[in-house]
Amino acid sequence: MTINQSGWKPAAPIAGPGDIGTTTGNRALMLEEALIFEIGDTETTGVDIAGAPAVESRLGALARSAEIGLAGLSEPETVRHYTRLSRQNYAIDLGLFPLGSCTMKHNPRLNEKMARLPGFADIHPLQPRETVQGALEVINELAFWLIDLTGMHGVAMSPKAGAHGELCGLLCIRAALEARGDAREVVLVPESAHGTNPATAAFCGYRVESIPATDAGRVDLEALKARLGPDVAAVMITNPNTCGLFEPQMKEISDAVHAAGGFVYCDGANFNAIVGKVRPGDLGIDAMHINLHKTFSTPHGGGGPGSGPVVLSEALSPFGPLPYTARTKDGVVHLIEEEQADEFSEEHFGGALQSFGRMTAFHGQMGMFTRALSYILSHGADGLKQVAEDAVLNANYVLRSLEDVLDAPFAHSGPCMHEALFSDKGFADGVSTLDLAKALIDEGFHPMTMYFPLVVHGAMLVEPTETESKAALDQFIAALRSIAERARAGDAALKSAPVHAPRRRLDETLAARKPVIAYRTPAPDGADLPTPSPVGDR
Amino acid sequence: MRYLPLSDADRREMLGVIGAAAIDELFRDVPEEARLTGPIDGLPMHASELAVERHMTKLAAKNMVAGQVPFFLGCGAYKHHIPASVDHLIQRGEFLTAYTPYQPEIAQGTLQVLFEFQTQVARLFGCQVANASMYDGSTGCWEAIGMARRITRKKKTIISSGLHPHYVSVCNTMARFTGDVLETATPELTAETDAERLIAAIDGETSAVVVQYPDILGRITDLKPIAEAAQAKGALLIAVVTEPVALGAIKSPGEMGADIVVGEGQSLGVGLQFGGPYVGLFACREKHVRQMPGRLAGETVDAEGKRGYVLTLSTREQHIRREKATSNICTNSGLCALAFSIHMTLLGEKGLRQLAALNHARAVQVAERLAAIPGVRLVNDSFFNEFTLGLPVEARPAVHAMVEKGVLGGVSLARLYPNVDALRNGLVVAVTETVTDEDVDALEAALKEVVA
Repeated sequence: MTINQSGWKPAAPIAGPGDIGTTTGNRALMLEEALIFEIGDTETTGVDIAGAPAVESRLGALARSAEIGLAGLSEPETVRHYTRLSRQNYAIDLGLFPLGSCTMKHNPRLNEKMARLPGFADIHPLQPRETVQGALEVINELAFWLIDLTGMHGVAMSPKAGAHGELCGLLCIRAALEARGDAREVVLVPESAHGTNPATAAFCGYRVESIPATDAGRVDLEALKARLGPDVAAVMITNPNTCGLFEPQMKEISDAVHAAGGFVYCDGANFNAIVGKVRPGDLGIDAMHINLHKTFSTPHGGGGPGSGPVVLSEALSPFGPLPYTARTKDGVVHLIEEEQADEFSEEHFGGALQSFGRMTAFHGQMGMFTRALSYILSHGADGLKQVAEDAVLNANYVLRSLEDVLDAPFAHSGPCMHEALFSDKGFADGVSTLDLAKALIDEGFHPMTMYFPLVVHGAMLVEPTETESKAALDQFIAALRSIAERARAGDAALKSAPVHAPRRRLDETLAARKPVIAYRTPAPDGADLPTPSPVGDR
Repeated sequence: MRYLPLSDADRREMLGVIGAAAIDELFRDVPEEARLTGPIDGLPMHASELAVERHMTKLAAKNMVAGQVPFFLGCGAYKHHIPASVDHLIQRGEFLTAYTPYQPEIAQGTLQVLFEFQTQVARLFGCQVANASMYDGSTGCWEAIGMARRITRKKKTIISSGLHPHYVSVCNTMARFTGDVLETATPELTAETDAERLIAAIDGETSAVVVQYPDILGRITDLKPIAEAAQAKGALLIAVVTEPVALGAIKSPGEMGADIVVGEGQSLGVGLQFGGPYVGLFACREKHVRQMPGRLAGETVDAEGKRGYVLTLSTREQHIRREKATSNICTNSGLCALAFSIHMTLLGEKGLRQLAALNHARAVQVAERLAAIPGVRLVNDSFFNEFTLGLPVEARPAVHAMVEKGVLGGVSLARLYPNVDALRNGLVVAVTETVTDEDVDALEAALKEVVA
C-alpha cells in the first residue's frame, strides 16, 4: 500500500527578504527531501533477494499476518535520499567544528580502511579463540598503549562510550569498597562537571554532592578537604577541567582523597590536551575513561558509536569488568573472559581478581579499537606529544586573539589548555550566547559549546583541536570577532540568525510540548490517522 | 606528521601572538614533576600510512573470516548480506564526521534520519514510539529493566531462561548496584520455553518480565499470555529481540502486548565486527515516553514555518537533569542507526519479508538435514533462522574439531554457559541467506565426522 495516502507535496516555498521562492522549495544545491514514508511504499524494494525454497514452516501460529508499515525505496532513490540528507549536515570534513569538550578533530580515513579489513569487520564475537587471535592481539596491543600513555595498571576495554566508561569506573570503585566492607555513600563532583558525572554516580546508588570552584576556575582544594570523610567513596574530577584549565593541585587532591580512604575518578574527556605530555597515573588517579572518539580520532558519526575504555590503578585493577585486560608481571597483556577468570586470578593476582561482571554482551567496540590503534601507531610517541602541544597552542591562539572583544573569565590566571572559555559579559542587552552561536552558522562554522560549563554565565567553550591550520583559525577568529562586535553593539539582526542554513531557528518548545517522535500516516483528508494501538493498551 | 597542519613557522608566529617563548610555557599549570620530559617510553615513533597498513593487515590475516568459510554462528550476532550502498552512504563525511545534532539548523540530515529510524523501529517492534538508539541490545535490556522500575515503582524482575546469558550477566552486574532483584534461570534443552514458569512466578511485587523472542536456543513462544499475566498484576512485559530480521516473518512483540521492546539492530546494516559497535533498539508505549532513556528526535517547525527536526524531551537527560536523569547515556549509536535505517529502507516491507522468508526456509532445510545425522537431535519445535541441536558428544570440542576442517559450525552452549553440565551437548546453529548449498554440505560432513 501507499503509506502516504495523500501523496507528497513539497513544502511551500517561503519568500523572505532577499530570498527568491522556487516551486520545489529547493535552492540550487540545497535540496529539500521528504521522509521515506512519504516517498516510498510497502511494495518497493531496492534489494534483489532469491526466492525462498518451499518448506514446511516452523513458525506455527506466530507467522506474521499484519503489515509492518515499512517504506521501501529503489536503490537509486535510496542513494539520493541519504545523499541529499547528508548535505544538510555540518561536519568536520566541511570545516572548523570547535565544540568544546568534544574534540572534533580530523578523522583519518586510514582508520576507516583498517576497520573494514574483512579480518576485523567480518568476524563473529563468539568464534573460537583460535580463529580470532589477530583480533585479540588488536585489543591487547591497544590496551598496552593506553596503559603506557596513562601510566596506569590495567584497562577495561569493553565500555561502549564515555558515560559507559564512567559507569565502569564507579562500579570498580564501589566493588573495591564493598570488598573491604566499606559502605560509603557520597560522591563529590565539582560544579563545573559534565552532566554525565552526577548522573552516573546517582545510577550507581551514590548521593551526589557538589564541590565549589575558586575564582581561578579550579577545584577549591580547601573546601574539598573539609568535606572529605569516611562517607566519601570517590571524587570525580575532570582534568583538564571543563573551564579548559589544568588542575595544578591534582596530586594534592588525590593524596587528600586517598588519605580519607576514597578513590579518585578522572573524566578523561579532555585527555587530548595532555596525551603524551602527562600521565594521569602520576597524578594519583585511580580510574579514568578515555573517549577513543575524542583523543584517538574515531569518528563521532552524528552521535556515536563511541568507545570508552577505562584505565585503572593497581588498587582498582582486580575489580574491572569482564572481558578483562591486564598486564601481568612479565609485561604481557591478557584478555580474560569468564571461563579463564579464576585460573588467571590464581596465577597472576594471587586469587584477588574480583571482577564485578559484564557491562556489555561482547568485547566492546572492536571497530573503534582498530581505528584507535591505527591512529596511535600513525602518530607514535612523538606525534601524540605534538598533538597535545598543537591542540593547546591553537586554543591559546584563539583565546589571545579574541580576549579584547570577548570576555574570557579565566584568561587572567594564565594560559588555557586545549579549549578557550568565553562568557557573554559585555554583550548588549537582549543579545545572547545563542544569538552569537547561530550567527557563526551563517559564517560557515559550527558553533562552539554553548552554556557549558554552568559555572560561567552564557559560556562559550571553543576547542579548535590540533587538526586546524593557522589559516582556518584566522578565518574563524575574524568571523567570531566581527560577530562579537555586533553582539556588543546590540545588532538586532543577530536574533534572526541563521538565515543561510537549511532551516531557520527551530521551535524546540513546540517539539517538547506536543512530541511527534514517529511518522504518522496521514488520512486522505489530511487529518492524522490514529496510531495503531498495540493489543492490551491500558 | 600527516594529521597536523601547523608548520614550525606557524607555531613560532602563534606563540608570538600569545606572548609565550616556548610551548612548555602553556603547560606551566602542570607541575614540573608530572610533566614527561620526552616522548612516552616504549611507543614507537610516528609511522607512514603504508607501515600502519602493513601492521594491521598482518593482524587481520590471523583471523578466520566469516565470509570466507562455511559459517553458522548466531547467538546475538548474525551474518547478513549488506547492500554496497549502505557502507558507501555511511562513509559520507557529512554523516561520519558530524557530532550529535545539538545545532539543529545544520544537522537536519542526522535528525531526519533519526526520526525515520525511530519510526522504522517502532513499526517493526509493533510499538508506538522508539528512541534514537542505545549502545547495543544488552545495555538496552538493562535500561528497560530500569525504566520498568521507574514506571511500576517495584524492584523485582523475572528473567526468562531464554534470555542471552551475556544480557543476563549485564543485568546482574547493574542490579548489584541498584538494588533490583532479578530472578534468573538457565535454559533446558527442550522444545518448550519457560513461559509457564514465568506466568506462575509473576506476583504483586513484580516490576517486569523479560523474555527474548526468538530466544537463545532459537525457540519462539507466544508472548500474549505472558503479557496478559504480567499486566493483570501491574507488571510490564519487556521483550528482547536479538534478530530483528525475524520480525519480517513472525508477529511483533508489540502486537502481542509487550510494553517495552528492546533489541540488537546489528543484523541490518552493521555487520559482525567482533561484537561492536552495534546498535541498541528501544521502543515502548507512547504514554511511557517520558520514562524512556536515550536521545529522541522530534518534529517541529522553523521560524518560517518549514518542517524540521530537533532533539526533544531532553529534560529526561543527564545534561539537563544531572543526577535525576533517566539514564547516564549521552552518545547513542548514531552511525550504526544510520546503517540500520538505510538497509531497512533498501529492503522496505517487501524486501524484509522476502529476506525473512528466505532465512526461515534455509534454516528449516538445514535443520532437517542435520537432524538426520545419527545421534543428532533437533531440540526446537519452532524456530526462525536459528535452532539448537542436541549432539551425542560434547559440543565445545565438536566446534573446535569443525574449525580444524575449516567450518565455523555454530556456538556451543558450553561457551555461553561454562558451568552448566546439562547444556554441554547443545550446539546452536544459525542459517541466513549468506549460507550456500556447499556450506551446508561442508557442515553436514564435518558434523557427521565429529559426532561419529
